[in-house]
Parts: sequence; C-alpha cells; structure tokens
Amino acid sequence: MIALEEISKTFGTNQVLRGVELEIATGRSMVIIGGSGTGKSVLLKCILGLVTPDAGRITIDGQDITTGDRDVMLSRFGMLFQGGALFDSMPVWQNVAFRLLSGRLRRSRDDARAVALAKLRRVGLGADVADRYPAELSGGMQKRVGLARAIAADPEIIFFDEPTTGLDPIMAGVINTLIREIVTELGVTAVTITHDMSSVRAIADDVAMLHAGKIRWTGPIGAMDDAGDPYLEQFVHGRAEGPIEALR
Amino acid sequence: MTGLTAPLASVGRSTLQFLASIGRVSLYVVQILRHMVTPPFYPEELLKAVLRIGYFSLPVVGLTALFTGAALALQIFAGGSRFNAEAVVPSIVAIGMVRELGPVLVGLMIAGRVGASVAAEIGTMKVTEQIDALLTLSTHPMKYLVVPRVLAAVLTVPILVAIGDSIGILGGYLVGVTTLGFNAAAYLQNTVDFLEQWDVLSGLIKGGVFGFVVATMGCYHGMSSARGAQGVGRATINAVVSSSALILASNYLLTSIFFSA
Ligand SMILES: Nc1ncnc2c1ncn2[C@@H]1O[C@H](COP(=O)(O)OP(=O)(O)O)[C@@H](O)[C@H]1O
Ligand SMILES: [Mg+2]
Repeated sequence: MIALEEISKTFGTNQVLRGVELEIATGRSMVIIGGSGTGKSVLLKCILGLVTPDAGRITIDGQDITTGDRDVMLSRFGMLFQGGALFDSMPVWQNVAFRLLSGRLRRSRDDARAVALAKLRRVGLGADVADRYPAELSGGMQKRVGLARAIAADPEIIFFDEPTTGLDPIMAGVINTLIREIVTELGVTAVTITHDMSSVRAIADDVAMLHAGKIRWTGPIGAMDDAGDPYLEQFVHGRAEGPIEALR
Repeated sequence: MTGLTAPLASVGRSTLQFLASIGRVSLYVVQILRHMVTPPFYPEELLKAVLRIGYFSLPVVGLTALFTGAALALQIFAGGSRFNAEAVVPSIVAIGMVRELGPVLVGLMIAGRVGASVAAEIGTMKVTEQIDALLTLSTHPMKYLVVPRVLAAVLTVPILVAIGDSIGILGGYLVGVTTLGFNAAAYLQNTVDFLEQWDVLSGLIKGGVFGFVVATMGCYHGMSSARGAQGVGRATINAVVSSSALILASNYLLTSIFFSA
C-alpha cells in the first residue's frame, strides 16, 4: 500500500498541494482526476522522489520513501510520463531496454534487446519500430513506446501520467484498453492521472479527485456516480456551471 | 531618502545575486568532480561526447585558425617593417598562435558551438521531463550526462588546440611564402628554432581548462533551464555568454601564472 499523509508543496507563492491524504491499495488501479494545473503530476513526482514535499510523509508498505536505498525503491516502479519523455538521442529499443542496459538490472545487450522487442510486441508495435528514433513516431506510437518502457523491468507499481492526452478518441480508447489489460495481467498497483472521463471508466478500480490542493473525494469507481459531491459531479459531467470556478 | 538608497539597494542586490551564483557554480563543480571518480561510469557516453565535441568541431576550428594565422603574418610583417624587423614574422606567428590565439580562439569557437548545443540539449531534456525519466530509471543525470561531456571536453579541446596551432602556423607560412617573399625552408626553420616546449604545453593546458569551463557552463545552464522553449533559449544564451567571459578571464589568469615569473 502507498500512503500519503498531509503532503504539501509550494512553488514560490503557488501553493499546489495543501495536505493531501490518500491511500492506494496494493494490486488496485487508482485513477486521480482533477483540473489542469491542480498538481496531479507534482503529486506523482513526490511519490517518486523527483519533487521533495515541503511537509508530510509518504510510505510504501509502511516504509518511509526517504529512508532506504533509492535505487532499490525506484526499480519497483515504472512510469509513463505526460509527454512521453522518450530519450530522443537513442533508438526505440534502447529507450525501452534502458534499465536493462546499465546499473543493477544490467543484462547482455542481446537479452536486453530481446526483452525490448517482447515488450514492444505487447503494446502492439512490431520489430520494425525498434531501430527507429522517437522523433520519427506518431503521438500514439510514442505513448506505446513509453508504455513499453514503463513495463520493461517488470515493475510492481506503475504510474501513468495523462496517457491519452493529445490522442484522437480511437487511439485513446486503444491505449485505455491496453493499460487496463497490462494492469490486470501483471497484477500491479497502478496510479493513473487523467482528466479524460473515458479513461477513468476504462481503467479505474478506485477514483480520487484532487481539488484545491486536497483530495476532495475518493472511493471505488462504482460509487462515483452517486457520490453526491457537487465538485465531483461537476467534473464527471463536465459542466461549466458549479462550485468549481472556470476561467473564461 | 528612498531616492538615495534605491540605487545602493539595487547594487547590493545584484552583488548578492552574483555571489550566490558563484557559490552555486562552485558547488556544481565540486559535484562534477565527485561524480567523476565514483562509479557507475558510462564509457559509451564518453565516446559519443568525444566524437561530437572533438571531431565535429574540426572544420570550424581549422577555418578560424587558418585565417587568423594568415592575418597575423600580415600584421606582424607590416608592424615589423617599421623598425626593419620583418624577419621576426615566423617566430612571432608561431609564439602568438601557440601561447595565446590558438587556445583562446578554439575556446571561443567551442563555447559557441559546444556550449550552446550542450545547454540546448540538456535544457530540452529538462523541460521535456527526460531528466526526470532518467532519474526514475535509476540513472543519475550528473553521471550519465554531465561527467561524460565535461571529461570529453577536457580531453579533446587540447587536441583541437594543437590542430588549431598547426593550421594557424600553416596560414602564416602560406602568406609568408606567397605574398611576403619569405624563403619556404627558412620560414620553417625560424618557426621551429624559436618555439619552446613550454610555449606549446601552456597553450594545451589552457585548452583543457577552457574545455572544462565550456562543458560545465553548458551543463549547468541546461540543467537549470526554466520551463518552456523560452527557458531553453535563455539557458543557451547564458551558457555561451558566461563561458566566453570565463574563458577570457581565466586566460588572463593562466597567462599571468604561466609567464609572469
Ligand atoms: N518544477 C516546478 N517549478 C515551479 N512550478 C511548478 C513545477 N512543477 C509544477 N509546477 C506548478 O505546479 C502546478 C501544478 O502542476 P502539475 O502538477 O503539472 O499540474 P497537473 O495537475 O496539470 O499535472 C502548476 O501551476 C505548475 O505551474
Ligand atoms: Mg500533469
């Protein structure tokens, strides 16, 4: 279980997180929703240690993430970044196999390539893509490569940051299905960030809504539609009128 | 009252900011040196960086040195003829190139070419979350990106300086024998006779220092790039400007250390 207690983060004068409390159960798929710029990405980066919270505590299975070997902790994670964050200096297969080409999980080059090809196949990409460079691929293909990289070292926990943003609805559907399949198949704990309600319904076991720096509502996906929370309802139905102020 | 203190306050503020940035860069240098000697090492990245910094800078270094050496020969001939000292052209061209112009010109060319490209590359990696991705893949950006580029620059810039020196002297030689009427064999003899080992070596040491400065500033500004394309543009400018200024300042410092005794 991943537990966040009273997490706060401020950039300059911008108070992004103001005491986030959240528990993510092992083996479940948690989806965090919330408007653009509410701090969803920052929240994930806090868990990964890429951003240090100003206050609060994050534990994984009871262990504080700031104690213990960071490498060991990170090797349990896979992450799909919002923009893909593929390394454009290296071909696709080296991107996917990056973790296996150096460091504690190092394997022979041939082995690493074989794993990369298998993971690419799993996300629906053929061997012909392996030697191309990320910049030559379409947005949907880049997302798939990012997905393949996230699962390459068989992680226990996977984070997906806005996996469908920027894709057409059909491609978004394909990626959603792929994520759901992979999460179920690998039995991992997954945390997905999105503001796309079709992703929520396709991927989530549990849902949490981030608003004004706090978790506004959290519960199983089945309870989302009759939660009776006006903020959640406004977001789920995409209404312009409601308690959440939209800039216009 | 405020009318009097406002300029003072602004001077104070910029002085403090300047001191703070010196502090940050010094800490950064300490970190680089620490990561340079602790594993893991990435020899493949080092090789790639050597190729990019060294090999692909050759054309620009060669051209710059050739024309500078040629112009230097003309100037010294013109100046020397005022007191009948035209014969010094070969040795002054050689000493001037090897001690001063070779390292400084190569350093400035590298600042423009390599400093800018390193800052833009690392800055882009920063704003597109590739640095974050490296970290989550258990790879330290300092070891994987910075150390190989700095090492490569320290190793290859002296070689570029040596090549620049030779081509510069060649430029002087070509002008000397074709338009200034020097005898080819005598020109070469003069060049070799008056050049001391330390002249050459001191220039190569300067090259190594300038390489360190350029790569370090490129990485530093790239890593501290602000978000967005504008952030990367600013980082690139800062890298080129600060490394050029630091090259000229450290050149003066090194020259005074090497030759004042
Ligand atoms: N490294 C950073 N430095 C300064 N501000 C940041 C940084 N990262 C995020 N922010 C700010 O934090 C807020 C939340 O960002 P983010 O988590 O990316 O939003 P989203 O919910 O859309 O993922 C934004 O206002 C953003 O500008
Ligand atoms: Mg985000």
